[in-house]
Amino acid sequence: MTVAMLGPEVSWYLALSAFLFATGAFGVLIRRSPLIVLLSLEIMLNGANLALIAFSRHHGRGDGQIFAISVMAIAASEVVVGLGLIVAMSRKRIALDVDKLNVLRG
Amino acid sequence: MGNFLVWVVWVAAAFGCLGSGIAVVSFSNPFYSALALIGNLGSLAVLYLLLSAEFVAAAQVLVYAGAVMVMFLFVIAYLGGEADAPWAGGPTWQQFAAVLAAGALFVEIIVVVGLKAGGRLSHQAHVTRAFGSPAAIGRLFLTDHLLAFEITSIVLLVAAVGGVVLGAHARRGVEWGSATRLPTEPAP
Repeated sequence: MTVAMLGPEVSWYLALSAFLFATGAFGVLIRRSPLIVLLSLEIMLNGANLALIAFSRHHGRGDGQIFAISVMAIAASEVVVGLGLIVAMSRKRIALDVDKLNVLRG
Repeated sequence: MGNFLVWVVWVAAAFGCLGSGIAVVSFSNPFYSALALIGNLGSLAVLYLLLSAEFVAAAQVLVYAGAVMVMFLFVIAYLGGEADAPWAGGPTWQQFAAVLAAGALFVEIIVVVGLKAGGRLSHQAHVTRAFGSPAAIGRLFLTDHLLAFEITSIVLLVAAVGGVVLGAHARRGVEWGSATRLPTEPAP
C-alpha cells in the first residue's frame, strides 16, 4: 500500500531550506562571538538536511535520509571540537572574538 | 480536510523555523540564541515528519535538540554568556557585505534549483508506509551504505578523542601559564 504526499510540494521545502542556509551564513559572517558562529553553523547544516530529506521524499528513496543522519553525526563531532576549542580559548584568557583571533599560536 | 490540516501544520512549522532562525542570529545574548535554536530544531523535526522521515525526526529531537543543545547550554553557562551587540555603533562595511553575501547565496540557490529541477518538482513519488521507518533506515545503513556507517563511527571516535585532548591541553596550559607567568603580567 502506498501513500501520496499531502500538503505543500517539495519546492516549498527547498525554498525554506535555502532561506535557512542564507540566515546561517549571515550569522557566521556578521557575529563576533564564536559561540554564536557555531550556532549559526548548525542552522546552515540543518538547512542542508531539510533539502536532503525533501529530495529523499521527492524521489521516494531513503538514501537522502541516510545522508542526513550522517550529517547529524558530523555536526555533533564539529560541536564537540568547536566547544572544546572555545573552552580552551577561555581558559587561556584569549578574548572570545573571532575578529581578534587572527594568529595561530596560543 | 487532511490536506488542509497538513498545510496548517506546515505553515506553523515553517514560520517557527524562520522566526527562530532569525532570532538565533540577532539575539545578543548567546543563551537566548541557543534557546531559539532549540525551537528551530523542533520545528524542523515537524517538517521532517511531514516529509515522512519519522526516524530522522526522532533522531533530530533526541540527538540535536536534546544532547547537542544541552552541551551548548552547559558551555554557555560555564563561560558566562558574554553578550556582544552586533547592531551597536551603526552599520559597518562588514555588516553591509554580510547582508549582500547572504542575499546572494539565497538568490543563487533558488535560481539554480529552479533552473535545474523547476518543472520536475511537482510530482512526488508514492511511497509505502515503511518509508523512513527505523527498520528501513537500518536496512539501508547495513546494506547499501555500510561504508558511510563505519566512517561515521570513526569520525565520532576521532571527535571524542579530540575533545579529550583539547580539554587536557587547556588544563595543562593554565598550570604552566601560572607557573611561568612573568611578574609584569596581572595575576589571573
